[in-house]
Amino acid sequence: MSVERIEHDVLVIGAGGAGLRAAIAAADAGVRVGLVCKSLLGKAHTVMAEGGMAAAMGHVDDRDNWRVHFADTMRGGQYLNNWRMAELHAKEAPDRVRELEAWGAVFDRTADGRILQRNFGGHRYPRLAHVGDRTGLEMIRTLQDHAIHQAIDVHMEVTVSALLMDGGRVAGALAYDRERGRFRVFACKAIVLATGGVGRAFRITSNSWEYTADGHALAWRAGAELMDMEFVQFHPTGMVWPPSVRGILVTEGVRGEGGVLRNSQGKRFMFEDIPENYRNQTADSEEEGWRYTQGDKAARRPPELLTRDHVARCIQREVREGRGSPHGGVFLDIAWIKERIPNAPEHIRKKLPSMYHQFMQLANIDITTTPMEVGPTTHYVMGGVRVDGDSQMSTVPGLFAAGECAAGLHGANRLGGNSLSDLLVFGRRAGEHAATFARENPGARVNQGEVDAAVSAALAPFDRGAGGEAPYQIQHELQDMMQELVGIVRTEDEMARALAGVARLRERAARVGVQGNREYNPGWHTALDLDNLLIISEAIGRAAIERKESRGGHFRDDYPEKDPAYASFNIVVKRGADGSMHLERRPIPPMPDELKAIIEEQKA
Amino acid sequence: MPNTQFRIWRGERGNGGFRDYTTEVTEGMVVLDAMHQIQAEHANDMAIRWNCKAGKCGSCSAEINGSPRLMCMTRMDELPTDKPITVEPMRAFPHVRDLVTDVSWNFEVKKKIRKFRPRTPDAPDGTWRMQQVDVDRVQEFRKCIECFLCQDVCHVLRDHHKHDEFIGPRFFVYSAALEMHPLDTEDRLADLKEDQAIGYCNITKCCTKVCPEHITITDNAIIPLKERVVDEFYDPVVKLVRLFRGKSAKGTRG
Repeated sequence: MSVERIEHDVLVIGAGGAGLRAAIAAADAGVRVGLVCKSLLGKAHTVMAEGGMAAAMGHVDDRDNWRVHFADTMRGGQYLNNWRMAELHAKEAPDRVRELEAWGAVFDRTADGRILQRNFGGHRYPRLAHVGDRTGLEMIRTLQDHAIHQAIDVHMEVTVSALLMDGGRVAGALAYDRERGRFRVFACKAIVLATGGVGRAFRITSNSWEYTADGHALAWRAGAELMDMEFVQFHPTGMVWPPSVRGILVTEGVRGEGGVLRNSQGKRFMFEDIPENYRNQTADSEEEGWRYTQGDKAARRPPELLTRDHVARCIQREVREGRGSPHGGVFLDIAWIKERIPNAPEHIRKKLPSMYHQFMQLANIDITTTPMEVGPTTHYVMGGVRVDGDSQMSTVPGLFAAGECAAGLHGANRLGGNSLSDLLVFGRRAGEHAATFARENPGARVNQGEVDAAVSAALAPFDRGAGGEAPYQIQHELQDMMQELVGIVRTEDEMARALAGVARLRERAARVGVQGNREYNPGWHTALDLDNLLIISEAIGRAAIERKESRGGHFRDDYPEKDPAYASFNIVVKRGADGSMHLERRPIPPMPDELKAIIEEQKA
Repeated sequence: MPNTQFRIWRGERGNGGFRDYTTEVTEGMVVLDAMHQIQAEHANDMAIRWNCKAGKCGSCSAEINGSPRLMCMTRMDELPTDKPITVEPMRAFPHVRDLVTDVSWNFEVKKKIRKFRPRTPDAPDGTWRMQQVDVDRVQEFRKCIECFLCQDVCHVLRDHHKHDEFIGPRFFVYSAALEMHPLDTEDRLADLKEDQAIGYCNITKCCTKVCPEHITITDNAIIPLKERVVDEFYDPVVKLVRLFRGKSAKGTRG
């Protein structure tokens, strides 16, 4: 079969925030860059990010600086973070935000004309540069509009199905265009994976269809290490009603602007359970919490703005103990602020325009008068490809990863707003270092036998045709099983059942068949996604069984406490020679004294 | 409304026709849910473009009962079910398969619009100062999710196929966002007049009506741009000023 061959120096896979920023950085470095995206340009999941990007610019509270941001990030991640990445992120995020403004982004403004910043969970001071509640759209559009004037070849609606290797390093990728179903070989010297997350392995998720663990699985098959896979973040506030919108995100910005959580008895339950390591920074009273959301520097944050893992579990507890809302969530109320400020409805529509429209249009609810019903939704995976903190290169030479598909920055739990800044800081670093790698290394050789085998594997579902297993059915069963057995609260027995279930589904996935032709065939695309979702579900389950404690996004009902013995290592998953999955406890390198001192000074 | 009838346009590269499907509609469903259900139950290979299912990415544009809309933002309970609900691909772009069209022309148009060029920073640290009141209008335009429904409904493109000469409402909004950006120093008026044919727009406001982001495309973007083009190229006073100043009047406008 003839397969089109395209050559670049650096191939970036994924065109969300991290991929676009990486492609811009590589193009700026003067190498030939290709950018592959599964969707149309500008539609990646980044577009859905709402709250803002965290950067210690100190525009609203001048006590903020990179040291506070670093300490907040490490505390939120329960100290399992790659401290070097947390340091670089905190130091470089403000420059990445200012750069977006220089490229045309239009952030909300302070009274003195600078970029406005808002409160968010786990951040000590107002830190999120934002545009109402559509910051992701502003960011991706700015990057997209800037990128189209750089020398970047964009390949839209193209899916990468395999990485091609030359000895131990990457040599390219095999992909197919979704429109015609034709295969393409991208030959290159370095690859940046920027494919996002894995949320489509779960039933209730805020993620778009693209989040099928592609980068995670491509890297794993190429021999790279995955790390922290047990840490999956369940965002506390997804929509729960009507059923068809279940999981769609309700931004943390609602709570940042003064929204409160109540149970069916009208009780503001978050005050009842404040973790010890946040007690000094959390408000004593509803009055103090309100003052914090309105910018009073003397006040401490309300408990609704504790970290996402904690808030999600508190909501889950209220529901489980029979104090939930009619449709299995709790109430999130922003309308109540009319008791405190004049023109509250107008204020809410201005600060939270997307949320106002989302509820009005999809649920027929006016959030300026009526509380929302919300519950936890699968949102983000902290785990991903293990990379070097400075360069973002994985353990496979020439293979880089940035954004959600890379691990390290967020440790056991990501703070809201740290994702958008992560994409920019490490997207740029990955692009720059990939360009350097491409310049300093000779071209790799694409092996035709490898290409032929990958093409045959991708076409196998057509050979089986209508007689094979239905791809959608397998995907639905996997999603239900992961939601049920490897969700917010986990036990050993349930996760073992999930792993057995993954093995059974893997056998069925090998028999999957699709009908029709290769042109824009969603059944075929789903069949090819299954392999990635199954690999990553197994990695999540195995790592979660290995971590016999509760920490951050990982909560074990059979080990409900944090265990200091588990504080000193990350869990790494690696492919054995026979294709099997191996786990390793990898010690966290000692932190430099200077960074240790920052954490101590910020504990007060 | 348990069993609901749909007439979905199926086919490839413009060849095809309506096919009827029936599926069970439950509380809260949107048209995209019904399409996915039909895809899973009866038509595994039916092509649909979508991403976020939350009205934020603008991928699932289609014509529902003849009106350009986002499938993910059209609730089933707002559509009459006494006759079949028709779902068709957008008509202003080349057809690919089933509900999917080739919108790549839009991406090529944007490349031709002069890029953002900021003025010298206001502060020594390389940053700028802008007041919220001065960016409110630009922020309205930047809400655009590039669903291209405005392009689909614009008669210059849909009926007269002037894709080679005319950039369409989406890109007038984009140009307006750049032209009204307080930091931008580029001048795009000659391009808008000549290469992008803003004069073809005769302000029927169809684009504004279909915008899922409620951007007032015609009144806030296109009409002010038309006025600027008129001021720049047809106003004798401005012409005189330019003669003496020897440069564009940009920067003197409000």
